[in-house]
Amino acid sequence: MQKKDLGLAVLILIVGVIVAIINPRFVSAVNLANTANLVGLFGLFSIASAFVIVTGGIDLSIGSVIALLGVLFVDLVVSAAVPWPLVVLIVLAAGALIGLAHGWLVTRVGIQPFIVTLCGLLIYRGAARYYTHDGTAGFTFGQSIPSLEAVIAGRSLGIPHATIAFAVVALASWFVLHRTVFGRHLFAVGKNASAARYTGIDAARVTTLAYVICASLTALSAIFIAMYTRSVQPSSHGSFYELYGIAAAVLGGFSLRGGEGSVIGVVLGVILLQVLQNLVNLLGIPSSLNFAVMGSVILAGVIADIQITRYRQARRARIALAETAGSPAPADR
Amino acid sequence: MRTAASGRIDLALEGITKTYPGAVALDGVSLSVTGGEIVGLIGENGAGKSTLLKILGGGIAPTRGTIRIDGQAHAQLDPARAGALGIAFVHQELNAFDNMDVTANILLGREITRGPLGRLDRRAMAEAVRPVLDLVGARFGPEDQVADLSLAELQQIEICRALSRDARLLILDEPTSSLTLAESARLIDIILGLRRSGVAILLVSHRLSEVEACADRVVVLRDGRKAGELVQGAITREAMTRLMIGRDLERGRARAPRPPDGAGGRAALALAGLRTRAFPGAVANLAVRAGEIVGLAGLVGAGRTELARAAFGIDPPAGGEVRVNGVALPPGDIAAALREGLCLVPEDRKSDGLFLDFSVAANIAQPNLRSLSRRGVVDRAAEARMAQAARRDLGIKAASTDQAAAELSGGNQQKVVLAKWLAMEPRAIILDEPTRGIDVGAKAEVHDIMRRLAARGVGILVISSDMDEVISLSHRVAVMRRGAIVAELEGDRITEMNIMSSAVD
Repeated sequence: MQKKDLGLAVLILIVGVIVAIINPRFVSAVNLANTANLVGLFGLFSIASAFVIVTGGIDLSIGSVIALLGVLFVDLVVSAAVPWPLVVLIVLAAGALIGLAHGWLVTRVGIQPFIVTLCGLLIYRGAARYYTHDGTAGFTFGQSIPSLEAVIAGRSLGIPHATIAFAVVALASWFVLHRTVFGRHLFAVGKNASAARYTGIDAARVTTLAYVICASLTALSAIFIAMYTRSVQPSSHGSFYELYGIAAAVLGGFSLRGGEGSVIGVVLGVILLQVLQNLVNLLGIPSSLNFAVMGSVILAGVIADIQITRYRQARRARIALAETAGSPAPADR
Repeated sequence: MRTAASGRIDLALEGITKTYPGAVALDGVSLSVTGGEIVGLIGENGAGKSTLLKILGGGIAPTRGTIRIDGQAHAQLDPARAGALGIAFVHQELNAFDNMDVTANILLGREITRGPLGRLDRRAMAEAVRPVLDLVGARFGPEDQVADLSLAELQQIEICRALSRDARLLILDEPTSSLTLAESARLIDIILGLRRSGVAILLVSHRLSEVEACADRVVVLRDGRKAGELVQGAITREAMTRLMIGRDLERGRARAPRPPDGAGGRAALALAGLRTRAFPGAVANLAVRAGEIVGLAGLVGAGRTELARAAFGIDPPAGGEVRVNGVALPPGDIAAALREGLCLVPEDRKSDGLFLDFSVAANIAQPNLRSLSRRGVVDRAAEARMAQAARRDLGIKAASTDQAAAELSGGNQQKVVLAKWLAMEPRAIILDEPTRGIDVGAKAEVHDIMRRLAARGVGILVISSDMDEVISLSHRVAVMRRGAIVAELEGDRITEMNIMSSAVD
């Protein structure tokens, strides 16, 4: 794991240095702060995605949840004039409920995660559009809620609050995934559900909690993203973000089969994807190629990873062979 | 379709030997079978039947010996050649595609097409299938969906698939192991019918009564050698059993007496009228005392693994109760079983016992995380200490406890599985084939661990198809047949003969 993370970090540095040499604006304070802000916004839901992926599941509904909860947030704050801290709580609770529903459908009803969250993708998008009658939810010209802006969209010491929130969430997630019993159970269920059962793990409970955490973190990111765009166009807001989150997790070493990955990896994955996007802009590459560049890098990364795994397995087989030579082989008769 | 060999087959295996590094699976076995004849092939688990079948199917090559078919000698076969010569298998596990109909299953890979686009000619296919369905007297039609058929009918489909490939030698591997009595009788009828039509049949079965009922000759294997051959008239259950186990193992061995009953007569593990889903009509009663090793013997398919899984809670039982130290377990609740101190070392350690990519330490820690953590946070130092202690105590050969479990040898992997349970200090432990596929040295170490555990007062139930293992380890042996515990042997009565005569039917 650590070697993989290190490789990713080196890759980010190399790409960063090359871009900085070609276009020094890359390391300007403005660009760095902007990139950090985007890393924070995209990072929040990428970590959310990672929680589900580690159990061997997937969440395709993230973009639509961001749209639905973004609409809800803006509408309650702006139109209904509900105190914004209360709205934050409402939105987070709504996210948790959505996650609970996903977890229940996956573990108790037994529907594949892909299908559950694909239906979610369609339902929440439709609900968001219906909620605003396909209009845009947003702040009217000149309207502002200073305390909300300061907390969610503000900066401290020049660091965007989205970035700080991401850092806090990343730290907490690292702790949960890599240092707690619950984290161990998540990896165990994702890696080998059968062996996990034999050790007495309640796989349904563990998996459901993963979906709840995922949707709650998505709700948090929905608030930050809504305050970043300041207006929510429900037909397109957050589109493809779920795929972005999956891409970041995969780039960071998560296996879609479950049971593998690290929070450091997904953080680095998010950063690399943002740096690449920045590179496309700053190097004057047509922005239409944006997705193509991202896709190519992910593909290259995954191919490299598979090669490394093959090499490791070959080495493993050699060791096993050397060990059994001389001692009688298990005769299968 | 294919230019295959035709006419009655005349097959002879001559002096077949198969050696593996350090082990002889087959030693100079000869066997012949011709068209219109039924030959039974019997032997205990591990006698070499499977190896012999794989050689016939072309899956493995014999080290020495000749395979003579219709007068032509072959040093070895490959699957395509075996098929072309008319050798076909009906395996123990049925490989039906339940998303297709009968015709599609039988003709899979040999579909009949029409026109330049390769459109399936469904009518021609159904016509091609009908004669073989008639041959086995099938009560289903070519267009029936396979998903709607019974297990016995799936097997008939397998037979039809073989016949439709012009099979001249049909090899049936434990064909009745999952059939009901009535279905088994029907299968025997089918086999007898095929004999009349000139097909040669090699019947591998633990059900001696069925072999007795239909075989013209019986070849008995023991420890990779041909123990003997019986011809019609001499084929009796007693004769077959005697050849299977040999005469030299009749005497019981001296063994330690059973440990006394625990306080209040409580057993470490008690199965009270336990019934499994696989054999809902069969009842298992068994008590394992603290410090006692009970062997659970029986032939493959007798329901031993199913019983273990039901006792531990992997599969909810069909009825009955499991008690650990007198406490009844809620059915199907693994966490509760573990809490009361019952562990299971599963038969398939790679898929059920281990997280192969995880480290040795993580594997051992997995079920012990509760005791290794404080307020949900894993104490990694304690985890490392537990792994180090286990590595030392059980002699796990690993470069470090951070090594992935997949990189260890089979024996050391099994020790990791044992280690994770031992750290829980269980009251009772069930081991399902704990030494299968591990080398002799590791096997002795695993036995030693089991004896040490028993000495510490753990009740041990060990499922094993290795007769020597069962006899040498156990204070007492329970024998299973068709899901029920049919005999309990103690002391001098623990002999191979007694076990086998209870295990076969």
